[in-house]
Amino acid sequence: MFTLTDEQRQFQESLQRLLRDGYDFDRRRAIAASEAGWSREYWEQLAGLGVLALTLPEAHDGFGGGAVDTFLVMEACGRALLLEPYLATVVMGAGLVARAGSEAQRAAILPAVAAGTRQLAVAVYEPGRRYALDPLVTTAQPLESGGWSLSGAKTHVLNGGSADALIVSARTPRGVSLLRVDAAAGGVQRESYAMYDGQRAATIRFDAVRIGADALLGEEGAAAEAIEYAVDAAIAAVCAEAVGAMSALLETTGQYLKTRKQFGVPIGSFQVLQHRMADMLLATEQARSMAQLAASRLADATREERRRIVSAAKVKVSEAARFVGQEAVQLHGGIGVTDELPASHYFRRLTMIEVAFGDVDHHLGALGALLFD
Amino acid sequence: MELRNKVVAGEHLTKEEYLRWHRLLFERGWIAPSWPRAFGGCEWSAVRQHIFEEECGLAGAPGIMPFGIRMVAPVIMKFGSAAQQQRFLPRILSGEDWWCQGYSEPGAGSDLASLRTRAERRGGHYLVNGQKTWTTLAHYADWIFCLVRTAREGRPQEGISFLLIDMRSPGVTVRPIIMLDGGHEVNEVWLENVEVPVANLVGEENKGWTYAKYLLGHERTGNAGTGFCRRWLGELKALARLQAGSDGRPLADDWRFRDRITRLEIELMALEVMNLRVLKLEEERHAPGPEASLLKIMGSDLQQALTELTMRALGHDGARAPQAATGRYFNFRKASIYAGSNEIQRNIIARHILGF
Ligand SMILES: Cc1cc2nc3c(=O)[nH]c(=O)nc-3n(C[C@H](O)[C@H](O)[C@H](O)COP(=O)(O)OP(=O)(O)OC[C@H]3O[C@@H](n4cnc5c(N)ncnc54)[C@H](O)[C@@H]3O)c2cc1C
Repeated sequence: MFTLTDEQRQFQESLQRLLRDGYDFDRRRAIAASEAGWSREYWEQLAGLGVLALTLPEAHDGFGGGAVDTFLVMEACGRALLLEPYLATVVMGAGLVARAGSEAQRAAILPAVAAGTRQLAVAVYEPGRRYALDPLVTTAQPLESGGWSLSGAKTHVLNGGSADALIVSARTPRGVSLLRVDAAAGGVQRESYAMYDGQRAATIRFDAVRIGADALLGEEGAAAEAIEYAVDAAIAAVCAEAVGAMSALLETTGQYLKTRKQFGVPIGSFQVLQHRMADMLLATEQARSMAQLAASRLADATREERRRIVSAAKVKVSEAARFVGQEAVQLHGGIGVTDELPASHYFRRLTMIEVAFGDVDHHLGALGALLFD
Repeated sequence: MELRNKVVAGEHLTKEEYLRWHRLLFERGWIAPSWPRAFGGCEWSAVRQHIFEEECGLAGAPGIMPFGIRMVAPVIMKFGSAAQQQRFLPRILSGEDWWCQGYSEPGAGSDLASLRTRAERRGGHYLVNGQKTWTTLAHYADWIFCLVRTAREGRPQEGISFLLIDMRSPGVTVRPIIMLDGGHEVNEVWLENVEVPVANLVGEENKGWTYAKYLLGHERTGNAGTGFCRRWLGELKALARLQAGSDGRPLADDWRFRDRITRLEIELMALEVMNLRVLKLEEERHAPGPEASLLKIMGSDLQQALTELTMRALGHDGARAPQAATGRYFNFRKASIYAGSNEIQRNIIARHILGF
């Protein structure tokens, strides 16, 4: 679908090497069990390699890469089951600042992201509202002094507990707006939690948080499109991540079938298991096609085209993720349902991707509406 | 009542909690529905046992661990000595002894007959060495029934014996295996120079495979689990009425999700009838047959479909750990692996029903 330049291929190789060598299973397990759930040392290595800067604009210490570069990074993250908050900080946070922010805001935030000294989180989902993207309970009132007073609650905020700055969607007098909030500001109450894949998210409450006038990202009341784009970008990214995870899971399962012996032969010699592996490969490759389509069209498609492609990709990838995850566990037998081998860790991450940013039913509904309404 | 709440919430129960329910049933005389009256059981018909189990599952009663009542006890009754029957059966009934099943080994899962744990006869006892694995709730157990190798000649099935081993014997070590939902229910059991009195051999030496197969037949029949499936389905419907979709209306109003639940309702209906048909067959034949494999596959498929849909009902709210529905979804991937994987069940169906 897309062909990589020599430069991209080299980058892909060095990134995969870094993740393979520096991020083995036991190291990852220790990081997942730590308080923050990610490693600052590792984050700095990613910054050092230029991974964090790759897709940021050249004007702000970035390399100006696009969605295909994001695909490469996320695919490698999926293979390594990376815990560090690349998606939240770079894809979603920095992506949104680059797209909707003013020149001053970009200059204040993006170089620090590229250098690895600043982490971001995007807060759009609200408690009890499933995948609804329009803010309802989170509101920002203009203050006489010129700033804003923000109140409400957000949940499923990826990296919400560790981020230095939060980008929050809120209802303002003119509509839906985005506000940059210092995570340490008074009235911000963060409750970080672990998800089943070891990654962290947070529920965040805002109680009359006072923020400055310069905190508004883009125009007041005109943020709905930017939010939608940020979520679509995140979906394209997790689709690439899922493809990486599925490919690695296929490899490790294939390896297991070749070495595990029962009845005096490798279990991979049973044709029924070979066919299951073949079906898993089909699902993975179909998912890869759709993930590549989403990545390659993200930036240049019309809004409606993009929405169609991204929802279709999310459905296809989520279904493949579930199928491949479940089957890989099954083919491992008892060891598959333990914490001991990578298989169940891939399965858990794939399951979290399945329910993130809209599950199958959500995107079936969204795509169906675009096709028929 | 609080026990019921814990079961319904999908929490792991402690040994004491399992035993509380066990003793309650024991006091009512209902702990062993299938046992003959002579041994203190109810001697109910298969259909009556089934109804009883359905009701218990539906009501959210804790499961009665099968290892004593349903697994080792029938073997002791059929193949054990009078002394073994007097010694072990009353303590199984009362709950004084908790049993676990020592069949699987790291190298012997689906291919159980390849097991390597050795038992060597040394005068009045056997000296046992080897490792068992996947031993469910061995960390609660007082006794383990083990398949051990007592001879190397002939077919692998021919050199296996059935031994009862006191978990407190020197040389027995239990190590936890953590599951993918973070729970601890299975273990490794290491046996190093464990001395087991010859009196704890069930039946004859090298005949253990016959007894093991007898037991496996009993294990499979119980696995359709339609009672707790009905409860799970009820909980799922209640959840769908409560859980808001992205448009603010309950999920139950979303035809897409409603259809998914409705399909499972149909699956469950079909399975309930299937269960009764197999019971009837077994009653006529006085023994479990290959049809048990059908129930094992259909039951585990339905359990997995139900836990999956319940997890999906939560949307991304299910991502936050710990979360009963998501934990159960992950945990129940085991249902198509244990008690003979569904691939092995299909092999049995192909061979013994279809005649390939
Ligand atoms: C939660 C849990 C609890 C358990 N509790 C107990 C217990 O208390 N006591 C006990 O003794 N055991 C217990 N077991 C073990 C269980 O019986 C084994 O896991 C099961 O028999 C599978 O063996 P295995 O794990 O070695 O997988 P393997 O036999 O290695 O199988 C791996 C894969 O290969 C497939 N396969 C193997 N052979 C064939 C074939 N011929 N044709 C097609 N496919 C094949 C399997 O279906 C599976 O998908 C438990 C297991 C689990 C998961």
